[in-house]
Amino acid sequence: MKTIRLIARLDVKAPNLIKGIHLEGLRKIGDPAQFALKYYEQGIDEIIYMDIVASLYQRNSLGNIVTDTTENVFIPITVGGGIRSLADVEKMMRCGADKVALNTSVVQRPELITEIANRFGSQCMVLSIEAKQSGPGCWEAYVDNGREHTGLEVVEWAKQAVDLGAGEVLVTSVDREGTRKGFDVVLTRAVADAVPVPVIASGGMGATEHLSEVVLEGHANAVAMADILHYGRTGLDEIRASAANDGISVRSI
Amino acid sequence: MSGTAVIVDYGVGNLRSVARAVAACGSEPVLASNAAKIDRAEKIILPGVGAFASCVEALDAHSLKEPVLRAMNDNRPILGICVGMQMLLDKSEEFGEHAGLGRIAGSVVAIPREGVDGVQHKIPHVGWSPLQPSGAGWKGTILEGIEPGSNCYFVHSFSARPERSDVKLAVCDYDGIEICAAVRTGNLYGVQFHPEKSGPVGLRIFNNFLSLPAA
Repeated sequence: MKTIRLIARLDVKAPNLIKGIHLEGLRKIGDPAQFALKYYEQGIDEIIYMDIVASLYQRNSLGNIVTDTTENVFIPITVGGGIRSLADVEKMMRCGADKVALNTSVVQRPELITEIANRFGSQCMVLSIEAKQSGPGCWEAYVDNGREHTGLEVVEWAKQAVDLGAGEVLVTSVDREGTRKGFDVVLTRAVADAVPVPVIASGGMGATEHLSEVVLEGHANAVAMADILHYGRTGLDEIRASAANDGISVRSI
Repeated sequence: MSGTAVIVDYGVGNLRSVARAVAACGSEPVLASNAAKIDRAEKIILPGVGAFASCVEALDAHSLKEPVLRAMNDNRPILGICVGMQMLLDKSEEFGEHAGLGRIAGSVVAIPREGVDGVQHKIPHVGWSPLQPSGAGWKGTILEGIEPGSNCYFVHSFSARPERSDVKLAVCDYDGIEICAAVRTGNLYGVQFHPEKSGPVGLRIFNNFLSLPAA
């Protein structure tokens, strides 16, 4: 069994770490770099920073937070939100990001995926999808924190983006996000089984068993967690132990 | 920590993370984008990210290939990371056949799309994999003191296949497929994983490298 990656997802409205429900109704939690450091020390495998207001303002304001974080956090860092050009990607990489996650700008101009993959490598180009269920076994991709329709069917869009050069897919269920009701396992599986690259499940983790479900039944290669960690409801030790108990391989610390 | 370790800056990769890792080991990170700095360096870190051919070309285009080869001739300690490790081999099959630096006999080939069970698996190989010793053991190398089974962070679609098994310092397993995780010949080291992204284990590896006696 492959080792599943446990990822802390930190949604940021600079300068604060925030958390919403269905990507809306944002509450301030604290200093994102401090949270990232805490999770690193507890053995998280990766960090995702998402600037959740960037698309509205057409810019990403995470550069300084990423730079602060990489002072003492030595694990992969993905940055998303408002990244619109090769220059934006380069800026984030220079701040210490390893990967970028793009949604709105690649929906508008899918060729940007290929441009980023050619310049920085596919491993750096993460496709971010905000998915809402539109019918049984059907999901539509959204932009702007689940507010704007794209008309794109999620699985088809994921396949197209991977063909264009995306090296990883972050699938966020807007329906489940912030609800603590568990991941959208069916959605995750539909995407994971359709693309040859790793898939990160995001949105809805409220208990340790949700992780096991989305890995064993949803075929996720990585799991993004937010408020279960931010509010300290469950520790990473407990999450790792529970996963291992269910036969899921996680990094031993 | 003795002497200077320079990080070869030829326009690719996340140099900041490598520099931060060197600094976290108590050494002052120095970026080198010209031959003179590399010629003076006691130890050299050669990062690499992206496609093999574009890394080799960029190294050459920055006139840094020759000084790096000179350092290898002098047996100065060198650490290649990811594509920086792959470049040490004769050639790569990524996007057609391309020549490497030719210091380790063998080639860089695509990771098979299926595990040994015949089931298709995800490419790239992304994530934390446990290192297992190979060859002559880790004593006196950059992996000295690392527990076998310690996890390091990998992200790659191609992997090195050295001809001689004794240059393999560590391997890891990807669905039954052996991945060459680290190579060594003399003071020349390469790691497929990213020590600058592998937490405390990675920092220990940098520390070991920076503590190697000078040539």
